[in-house]
Amino acid sequence: MYVAVKGGERAITAAHRLLAEARRGDPAIAELSVAQIDEQLALAVDRVMTEGSVYDRELAALAIKQARGDLVEAIFLLRAYRTTLPRLAVGLPLDTGSASLRRRISATFKDVPGGQILGPTFDYTHRLIDFALAAEAESAASFEPGAGATDGVPFPRVSALLGDEGLIEVNPADDTEPGDLTREPLVFPSDRAVRLQNLARGDEGYLLALGYSTQRGYGRNHPFAGEIRIGEVDIEIVPPELGFAVVIGEITVTECEMVNQFKGSATAPPQFTRGYGLAFGESERKAMAMAMVDRALRAAELGEEVTAPAQDQEFVLSHSDSVEASGFVQHLKLPHYVDFQAELNLIRRLRAETISPDAEAAE
Amino acid sequence: MSNTDANTSTGYNFAYLDEQTKRMIRRAILKAVAIPGYQVPFASREMPLPYGWGTGGIQVTASIIGPDDTLKVIDQGADDTTNAVSIRRFFERTAGTATTERTTEASLIQTRHRIPETPLREHQIIVYQVPIPEPLRWVEPREAETRKMHALAEYGAMYVRLYEDIAQFGHITTTYDYPVMVDGRYLMRPSPIPKFDNPKMDMNPALQLFGAGREKRIYAVPPYTSVESLDFADHPFTIERWEQSCEICGSRDSFLDEVITDDRGTRVFVCSDTDHCRQRGAAKAAE
Repeated sequence: MYVAVKGGERAITAAHRLLAEARRGDPAIAELSVAQIDEQLALAVDRVMTEGSVYDRELAALAIKQARGDLVEAIFLLRAYRTTLPRLAVGLPLDTGSASLRRRISATFKDVPGGQILGPTFDYTHRLIDFALAAEAESAASFEPGAGATDGVPFPRVSALLGDEGLIEVNPADDTEPGDLTREPLVFPSDRAVRLQNLARGDEGYLLALGYSTQRGYGRNHPFAGEIRIGEVDIEIVPPELGFAVVIGEITVTECEMVNQFKGSATAPPQFTRGYGLAFGESERKAMAMAMVDRALRAAELGEEVTAPAQDQEFVLSHSDSVEASGFVQHLKLPHYVDFQAELNLIRRLRAETISPDAEAAE
Repeated sequence: MSNTDANTSTGYNFAYLDEQTKRMIRRAILKAVAIPGYQVPFASREMPLPYGWGTGGIQVTASIIGPDDTLKVIDQGADDTTNAVSIRRFFERTAGTATTERTTEASLIQTRHRIPETPLREHQIIVYQVPIPEPLRWVEPREAETRKMHALAEYGAMYVRLYEDIAQFGHITTTYDYPVMVDGRYLMRPSPIPKFDNPKMDMNPALQLFGAGREKRIYAVPPYTSVESLDFADHPFTIERWEQSCEICGSRDSFLDEVITDDRGTRVFVCSDTDHCRQRGAAKAAE
């Protein structure tokens, strides 16, 4: 039976009460504080800030708490809040080259000036469940890193070292104002700045799958992790009344510069090409996947045949946003009584028409 | 609840995998040895290290390692690279086997991206970590097709691809993971070793095993099997040479890594095979 449900308002109120109760869980268990989420689920906070497009740890942690740990829902909450914020100033481009680094690795050279800094990483850990953590018996011994963050001593970029020899393409100097997806709709073909903005806000799982597909032959582009940096960068603005740049704070970012398959022609000697990824906080997987997809999306610009999903601008950029995707997939839960009724009528008529000629033939 | 203190392996079987899994992998290995260069599908397991970090090699090693083995693990030719250290520790922890950095002392060598400079001998086994096992993958992304191509030994597409390189650049531009023909029958990826190492695979006295965890394939080159790098009569296969010699041991014939030493781009070259470099240094000091 397909019966329209009345009394929706009361049902909704009751459902939201249940949700609040479910969110809290067993009241006998201590409640999570926003600060605990920020400190101990820091990478979830980083992801929500990145895809939510707001750098605010406290808000992102609160969104995670409110969303019961559903990160896509938390990203949605943060985005919805973001639209209400006034735009007070426009920052200068980040100078990630002078970031104070807590992690910096290159997979292309065994050693690079400044050295490789592993930092706090899951890499090289054995993924064995640590039952000691369950007993909440972490050793209180504090770890004093010998040489940690680099305190703003600028490290030369690996890509710059390759650039000195002309081995990698030059990033074109471009002073045109980058587009802003939060103010103007996406149009195709879109330029690289807009594509990167779209990817930065894009769903990590989606970019991961697309980046992975390029490694498995669907639009291959030979990536090397030229350099991955995690560190703190200054945010600078130029207030009109001052006319010079002032630092208003610092944020943590993860940057990935991929060095990709070389390209040459009859006139230009072969050079490596680039893919770029940047994300808030410690979001290494995201930044790497983003850089791979960025490079894949440059296929047309670099004269490569566009054959794979990851190289197709419209396909990639139209489906990357988790808030859009989650909303539209889940809208299927909304009532569709009217449309469905129209379909029911049609399918009954069609069936009657196909069944009756048979019936006639049988007679 | 098991004790997961770093020094014990309580709660896990010898070399991590359970015995049924090891048996399944050993069967795949036997089949692979029987059909040199043929990719044998196997039910790859989730490992406590991430896919792409050597899970295939680790599963192969875990299935064949015994308490009397001496294990060497290298990555980029070196024993001290982070991932090699991690995998060596994994086996120290779960199998408690002896480990070494000396190629000559090892009965089992797990490697990523290199073959040691020191020639291997009979009864040694070298296990390669393989990211993408299918040599035809960049020619044809679909597995159903490539398996058919192997069955029919239909390898023309690969030659066309190499020829296109020559037409465009004047050279074959594949520098690592350079395709080889095993025993005159199966086209095989040697894993991303530099093509410099390809000739070492040919008629090698050691057993060479290849494990691809994520792609769930095992293949093998038995001892004394022919391994030819693809080439053309007028463009014979060649390996890279350096004008420089190793900064540490002075070697002129080993594979050299370029190390940038300052931000003005000053470079030195050192042996990628750290054991080879150390042995040469020790021999020189003894003179």
